[in-house]
Amino acid sequence: MSVSKSLRLLALVSALALVLSSIACNGGGSSSSSGSVSLTGAGATFPNPLYQKWLSEYAKLHPNVKIDYQSIGSGGGIKQLKEQTVDFGASDAPMKDEELKSAPGEVLHIPTVLGAVVITYNLEGVSKPLQFSPDVIADIYLGKIKKWNDPKITADNAGVTLPAADITVVHRSEGSGTSAVFTDYLSKVSPEWKEKVGAGTSPSWPVGIGGKGNEGVTGQVKQTPNTIGYVELAYAVQNNLPAAHIKNSSGNFIEASIDSVIAAAADSSTITPDDLRVSITNAPGAKSYPISSYTYILVYKNQKDAGKGKALVDFVWWGIHDGENFAKELRYAPLPADIVKRAEAKINSVTANGTALR
Amino acid sequence: MSAVTEKGKLNFAGQYSAWRRALSPTGNTGDAVFRVLMLLVALFMVGIVVAMVIALAADSMPSIRLFGFRFLTSQVWNPIKGDFGALPFVYGTVASSLIALLISVPFSLGIAIFLVEQAPTYIARPIGFMVELLAAIPSVVYGLWGIFVLAPFLRVYIEPALAKLFWWIPLFSGTITGIGLLTGGIILAIMVTPIISAVVRDVLTAVPGSQREAALALGATKWEMIRVVLVNGAPGIAGAVILGLGRALGETMAVTMVIGNRPQISLSLFEPSYTIASAIANEFTEATGDLHLSALVELGLILFLVTFVVNGIARILVWNVTRKTGGVGRAV
Repeated sequence: MSVSKSLRLLALVSALALVLSSIACNGGGSSSSSGSVSLTGAGATFPNPLYQKWLSEYAKLHPNVKIDYQSIGSGGGIKQLKEQTVDFGASDAPMKDEELKSAPGEVLHIPTVLGAVVITYNLEGVSKPLQFSPDVIADIYLGKIKKWNDPKITADNAGVTLPAADITVVHRSEGSGTSAVFTDYLSKVSPEWKEKVGAGTSPSWPVGIGGKGNEGVTGQVKQTPNTIGYVELAYAVQNNLPAAHIKNSSGNFIEASIDSVIAAAADSSTITPDDLRVSITNAPGAKSYPISSYTYILVYKNQKDAGKGKALVDFVWWGIHDGENFAKELRYAPLPADIVKRAEAKINSVTANGTALR
Repeated sequence: MSAVTEKGKLNFAGQYSAWRRALSPTGNTGDAVFRVLMLLVALFMVGIVVAMVIALAADSMPSIRLFGFRFLTSQVWNPIKGDFGALPFVYGTVASSLIALLISVPFSLGIAIFLVEQAPTYIARPIGFMVELLAAIPSVVYGLWGIFVLAPFLRVYIEPALAKLFWWIPLFSGTITGIGLLTGGIILAIMVTPIISAVVRDVLTAVPGSQREAALALGATKWEMIRVVLVNGAPGIAGAVILGLGRALGETMAVTMVIGNRPQISLSLFEPSYTIASAIANEFTEATGDLHLSALVELGLILFLVTFVVNGIARILVWNVTRKTGGVGRAV
């Protein structure tokens, strides 16, 4: 009696263990059985709404290709690509030289869409968009300009009455591509910023309070009078936030919009290197918005599995062509035609076992 | 010769039966199996803790090697320049948790005393239920509420008043933004109150009714009787506070959203601060540099140690209290 009971208990426990282990096994793999292919990607959160749209649209056209994208952050995407636990990565900032060197194979950067960083603020009674020169933004974020009625701010904003209030600076608290683009811009326009702070996803901010995510920054800016903060273009447009006009390298004050971001990319074409790794902040061109950037999909040039590799290049090809049509409705700037051509060449260079996949 | 084998056999049999008896005094095989299983489950937990410490220590090795003890004393946190120090985070973690307890413990005791000693059942039930419901609210909801309701409220009403009344205390100086250490502490206080009050309520309920009757029979007032109950429940109440403290030290999301996330040590409660858990959650996803990752893991290791030390101190305090009260009424 007691023996059979304990046997039953043992059987139950081992059955449970079996079930658990089978669940654990199903979690990871992406096996390519006959006909259907499954791909996994991971990385940047900024393009995630667009990529999810791409995945659902692409699944309708190609039901045999199953693609998953996990928006775990650019850093995580690069890490997982290097460890080859995903089929493609995604990052807002291009990979650095040393990161490329430590990867197990040659990594290609395929730009997908463009984003921009918008300077927003909360000033009562100011209805006309504020105008900022680059050095003014740097000085505010360095803590050197402390009051809204500082002569350097009023000089750019004739006819606007600014309060004699302290400026409360808000920045992103978590490591973020948005912060990386913003600090990359500040490093280009302010030698002092470059020396004291530098550019990166988690800079050491000289002043200000950190809000978590776009919504955290927006929440704090909206709730607190006399604040200044920065958010992604898509987020600013969707939430109707006041957006400052920024003086670009040609000396024009430019409103952040999809068109002015595309202009920044198009006018940077000549300075864009062959591998497409480029920062387009402070871009040349009369109509370029100066705080713009690409976001990239990262793929290995040499694919191990021809079937998966083919599915991957077909998907990315579709993305930078048909997929671009979904960009504007989701407030992303699509690639300029010239960059699409150059990205095509990159996709065409992907091979598996020495043979081209497209 | 034969005697030796006989002896060996006997020994083996003796050991076997000793094992059996140790596992199951009744000699029931089922009991023994159950006991071994439960032992394994318990050991598994210990194993997880040990594995975590080993993993944290191993991954933080590059940072430990480079910075050594300076990591604990440095106030610089600069991922771009690759210079890391944990002191502002440790300060923010401990300070926000202490603020939370300072606010929460009197509240929680009050709630528990009211529910157990004073309220009639038809009031105690719904109130108790509501308090427990607070514990079930996801922390991100607390965080959003913190940004949109609590922070503006503190900025407009509470913080200016505090600054006006206590301007001579450095704790209440500085720019008022509604975001900072004080807001983080208050959010934490609201989050740990249901935990502490629920446990204290159970502790007070566990104090035998005879204690109350004895106190009242000696002519004690209701207040004096409650004091007797509290002294009896002291170890359990302390346990409840430790439980709340554990939650406060490790809470991430809600604090991140209102504390301002600035690694600095400031005397002012209005200034932004940063906690260890927030720093890890904020920076881990986008950390690409090996040293940055390693420093973040070391922060995790330090949070582990801080929790250990704070718990240890709390336990010593409990031990002191129970020794003084003669260890009466070990409720928990």
